[in-house]
Amino acid sequence: MPQKTYQRIRSNPKFTTLAGDRSRFAWLLTAIVLIGYYAFMMAVAFKPELLRAPLWSGSSLTVGVPLGALIIIGSWLLTGLYVRRANSTYEKLNNEIIKEAR
Amino acid sequence: MRQAIRGAAALLAAIAAAPAIAAPATTGPVEQQPLNLIAIGMFVVFVASTLGITYWAARRTQSAADFYTAGGGISGTQNGFAIAGDYMSAATLLGLSSLVFAKGFDGFVYTIGFFVGWPIITFLMAERLRNLGKYTFADIASYRLEKTPIRTFAAIGSLTVVCFYLIVQMVGAGQLIQLLFGLPYNYAVVLVGVLMMVYVMFGGMIATTWVQIIKACLMLGGGTMLLLLALSQFGFNIELMAQKAVATHKDGIKIMGPGSMLSDPITAVSLSLGIVFGNAGLPHIMMRFFTVPNAREARKSVFVATGLIGYFFLVVCVIGLAAISILGSDPQYWVDGKIGGKIIGGGNMPVMHLAKALGGDVLMGFLSAVAFATILAVVAGLALAGASAIAHDLYVGVFAKGNAKEGTEMMVSRIATVGMGIAAILLGILFKDQNVAFLVALAFGVAASVNFPVLILSMYWKDLTTRGALWGGLSGLVSAVTLVVLSPAVWKTVLGNKEAIFPYDHPALFSMTLAFLVTIVVSKLDSSARARSEQAAFDDQYVRAQTGVGAAAASAH
Repeated sequence: MPQKTYQRIRSNPKFTTLAGDRSRFAWLLTAIVLIGYYAFMMAVAFKPELLRAPLWSGSSLTVGVPLGALIIIGSWLLTGLYVRRANSTYEKLNNEIIKEAR
Repeated sequence: MRQAIRGAAALLAAIAAAPAIAAPATTGPVEQQPLNLIAIGMFVVFVASTLGITYWAARRTQSAADFYTAGGGISGTQNGFAIAGDYMSAATLLGLSSLVFAKGFDGFVYTIGFFVGWPIITFLMAERLRNLGKYTFADIASYRLEKTPIRTFAAIGSLTVVCFYLIVQMVGAGQLIQLLFGLPYNYAVVLVGVLMMVYVMFGGMIATTWVQIIKACLMLGGGTMLLLLALSQFGFNIELMAQKAVATHKDGIKIMGPGSMLSDPITAVSLSLGIVFGNAGLPHIMMRFFTVPNAREARKSVFVATGLIGYFFLVVCVIGLAAISILGSDPQYWVDGKIGGKIIGGGNMPVMHLAKALGGDVLMGFLSAVAFATILAVVAGLALAGASAIAHDLYVGVFAKGNAKEGTEMMVSRIATVGMGIAAILLGILFKDQNVAFLVALAFGVAASVNFPVLILSMYWKDLTTRGALWGGLSGLVSAVTLVVLSPAVWKTVLGNKEAIFPYDHPALFSMTLAFLVTIVVSKLDSSARARSEQAAFDDQYVRAQTGVGAAAASAH
């Protein structure tokens, strides 16, 4: 039974849309997180003075502190964005696809 | 005690759930401390309540699905807390805060590395893990590949990671109990081993999940309390705290920027690859995705877990900074009152001293109990992952060729749990006073170079074949282990040679790349009929991965 269902799902254009949209969105977010993180790491390794600059003149806090926190908080917010879209828009589309394959 | 110095370096690494903590040897000696009755009392309360939960869970654990995955009946939010509980080990609380205490900003950079794997797991893995898996990650890897060899190999990969990780946790438990409770090493090892057996054997995944949830709440609560008390000392002004820290720390303003620890880019990249992708290959973490009813809840659970972990990591870093400011000017926390020298009780103690400074013996006792409870919870998760690899993959999948009765499977998994417990106790005693820092690098190296490539390629790459997966996994395993043996941590520190043959402590950059390359090349060259049918089966797998049609459903209760 499932094999036939899989075939029907595959030939549904909605499935192509779902799989394409979702994976583009997921890879985009992955790229943002990884590029942000590795840019930060490269600054740590090659341009540490950039991160050592004081946040404002005379402050002990450095530019690196909020940037580091931004990586954590920002990438968490991106997971929120993904989960929200995946659990509403994509989930709805997914349920339609499953219904149509019955 | 003479063992102290060697044990010291081990301790920092020992309680680590992450390789990075192994790197800086900033610890002082570990000595058995005076009996800490408040800590022991609070720990007894924790154990009593978790045993109560185990009793309740035991009555609900009736099928193999209940045992391995709580019948898929854990909600996304609950699972999020449990994942956070699995991931935040004693090393997060003690090790990372000590790292910030000793190295300032560099400790923060490490912390970020441990976090970044989580968003990636959310985007690329969570829903596919749930849609394709049942009990273990071998279910996914062997979905369209040859069952027997792939299951065997995946089980070996899982068990290797679990064993290395287990040793690290057991040694950490022994050291920690000496340090915090003032009890002998072997007591701790036996206690942890026995409790872990009881939780897992009787309560299965349901008990393990609730132990994780409770522990995560305790840890988050304790950390938040400490954070607020620390901030209140500085009028809730972080800049003021940083100024004081800069004024007290012997490195001055340098602690607020990148220092020497990560100045070598190859080390930095290899380490971060190992943490980010090793995290996605840890069997006890992946197993958690099978405990929720569907992909929707799986996504929600990583969102919750990521938030909790990120929050706690930030809290821990501020606590480390507060420890510099507050302990750095108080001679009573330093050996012989020499500020900037050695800290009393060893390098992992800053957070405990800070708790004592801000909340007295009660807060310190509470945090000590939390730290120990944390090890217990992590170890229970590991034991369950190991038992599923033995029972579900090796016994049912390989030995019985998928034809085992459910009752037999559960019996085998319980026997495997006892085996894991005994092995953990023996290994813990055997590795007493050993420098186990390298095992953390090894666990993550193997997870990133063996489990992760096979898993991600089987989910994403149509052309993967059994032959490619086996050769790739094998080359990842061999290269990760060999490189760690030749690294400074083993070749120099453990084996006492003068110069390490391989200059880096973390293998992932090389071993993971090799594993991917070999897998891809061998799969491409594989023109057998089996390879073609495996590639053809991808299309159906793809539909199931995307839609969840045909995925293992949640059981009735």
